[in-house]
Amino acid sequence: MHSNGFFLSDVAGFLGGYYTFLAIMNGVAAMILWRRQQRTGWAVFWASFAGVMMILASLALSGSASMVPVLPEAIRGLVNQLSGPVLYTLGTTAFLVLLFVFRKFFVQPMVAWTVFNASLLLLGLSMADENFAAIVMKPDNVPIVGLVYLLAFFTWVATKQAVVNDERIKQGLPVVEKVNDEKVLVWPDLVYTELICMVAVSALLLVWAIFLPAPLEEPASSVKTPNPSKAPWYFLGLQEMLVYFDPWYAGVVLPSLVVFGLMAMPYLDFNKRGNGYYSIEERKFSYLVWQFGFFELWITLIILGTFLRGPNWNFFGPFEYWTPYKVEVLNNVDLPQMFWVQWLNQPLPRAPQDAGLLTQIGYIFLREAPGLIVMGAYLVLLPPLLAITVFRGFYAKMGFIRYMVMANLMLLMLTLPLKMILRWTLNLKYIISIPEFSLNF
Amino acid sequence: MAIGETIRNSQIWKSIFRHPMPLDRRNRIVVMLTNFFLHLHPVSIKKQGIALSFTWCMGGVTFFLFLVETVTGVLLMFYYRPTLEWAYNDILALRDVTSLGILRELHRWGAHAMVITTWLHMYRVFLTGSYKPPREFNWVVGVILLLLTLLLSFTGYLLPWDQLAIWAITVGSNMARATPILGYEGPGQQLLTIGGIDMITDGSDARFGLLGARFVGEETLNRFYVLHCIAIPLAVALLLAIHFWRVRKDGGISGPL
Repeated sequence: MHSNGFFLSDVAGFLGGYYTFLAIMNGVAAMILWRRQQRTGWAVFWASFAGVMMILASLALSGSASMVPVLPEAIRGLVNQLSGPVLYTLGTTAFLVLLFVFRKFFVQPMVAWTVFNASLLLLGLSMADENFAAIVMKPDNVPIVGLVYLLAFFTWVATKQAVVNDERIKQGLPVVEKVNDEKVLVWPDLVYTELICMVAVSALLLVWAIFLPAPLEEPASSVKTPNPSKAPWYFLGLQEMLVYFDPWYAGVVLPSLVVFGLMAMPYLDFNKRGNGYYSIEERKFSYLVWQFGFFELWITLIILGTFLRGPNWNFFGPFEYWTPYKVEVLNNVDLPQMFWVQWLNQPLPRAPQDAGLLTQIGYIFLREAPGLIVMGAYLVLLPPLLAITVFRGFYAKMGFIRYMVMANLMLLMLTLPLKMILRWTLNLKYIISIPEFSLNF
Repeated sequence: MAIGETIRNSQIWKSIFRHPMPLDRRNRIVVMLTNFFLHLHPVSIKKQGIALSFTWCMGGVTFFLFLVETVTGVLLMFYYRPTLEWAYNDILALRDVTSLGILRELHRWGAHAMVITTWLHMYRVFLTGSYKPPREFNWVVGVILLLLTLLLSFTGYLLPWDQLAIWAITVGSNMARATPILGYEGPGQQLLTIGGIDMITDGSDARFGLLGARFVGEETLNRFYVLHCIAIPLAVALLLAIHFWRVRKDGGISGPL
């Protein structure tokens, strides 16, 4: 299914409005900058950008499918070819690390505005691709696009203030929030803000409801399984974890641990600083752990699960057609298989045919010894080892119980990225595989 | 003008509002103390505590969306019947026939928005370190509210009874089948075998408890409907009250000491 006129004439109207919106937005931005008379160079730049957007808008609305601006076929093909779970995960990680390390650069309004516009332009050019649009414009997927931009915006808002505060703390000045501590009456200052917020949210919701019909597919049928079958979007991070873990861990234990870990957080974070104001330097460890969990293990997995996982949960590039016939070779191996058969060159230990229950369990333990030892070392030996090395200061301040809870939560959280890496490098399926008790890890 | 004055001087008006318009300092304080809806707020607040760049207004927007969901949800309940016979047809009619069928759009997009604003609210609370003492417990209440928000959305997802709905719920609830010990495909399920009789089967495990059946069917629709419209909203309402009350009792919105 390659681009055809019907599709383009459908999307073209949307894109025309989209580019017009970008043009107006940048025109206003240019006007504001021009008025301030400090950034006239930028004002001219954004005014010309608005002009380019106007041209794109008229091309999109030209009524001719071949005129609608779209990413070149070659680039789309290359992106499809290069993208895969590994590159996606490493790429997003690298991108987030880059943003974090150079945060002082990226929080500058003009830099952020450039990145924002570049992403919107890229989104517009991609939207003219039929396969891309089919996924992104699915009604229930639209909120995720909104979520990504809202997260980017608010992360920018927060980081900007954190950068300023960190600089002030370094200079021995009080944080900005402290300076602004004059008291005002709630009526009218707060109640009016709330009223305006309510009106704005209602307006936004109405516009959204008018322009985007809620999805309604065929009537439910328990015999016609759609391919792919997906959970609601906010659970797709969990569904993506099923690639690496069995349901008992990815679908039950890990989510419970996430909830438990979130609840435990305020009791584990003993750092008294950074309470009530934006700061990164004052609480770098907790900040990084949170951002890793939230962005890398939750948000990017949701995006991957929603936009890039097609039929049979196969990976598809952003511009690839979701064919149910794509075949992916599955040659994953369990650790016992790897250990006994591939490395020691002998068959898996197996209990004699008429052995009693205890003998059978004994043989299972023998067979799974490599995995059990690895996991035992990971969960039992690592916490004390970390307590006397990297986390020595933490252990001293937290005490035994709080430290152990934190160390175990962190190690369990890291099981996911570690399992991903093992899968990509060694094709490892399970570390422990006891199908006799449905216990695969 | 004269009419306005007459109304404001009438016994009815004065029985509702016990003070003049909040135009001067005194009455702006009195209004906060005497109005039921406003008494949730303090009388005065630090300027930075209401700066949008600090609060993002996301907790407030989440609560507002909860109210939108309640109102649109109640209105939809007048129309929608949670049975295999009618569920899909009622939604179809909301789309094609019924006036104000847009209520469904408002309800669905409001629900998606509420999930997002809940996350953003928690993100802000984390970034400002506002979960730290003395607000630890309120953070815990907030995490439970997050869970209930997701469950509200999840249970509502089934109600249109289309392919999207039942398969999303099937995929989501299949996880419960693998619950350790309590799911019939979960590890350790064999432990609950008494006298050779399996206690945990596909007719008695965690998934069955969730669905009320071995697969997503009419029992599930009924169960999710009640959870969605009655049980979870009641729990949320109670926890919201605690959440807001604790915000005040723990010293109002956070700020540097």
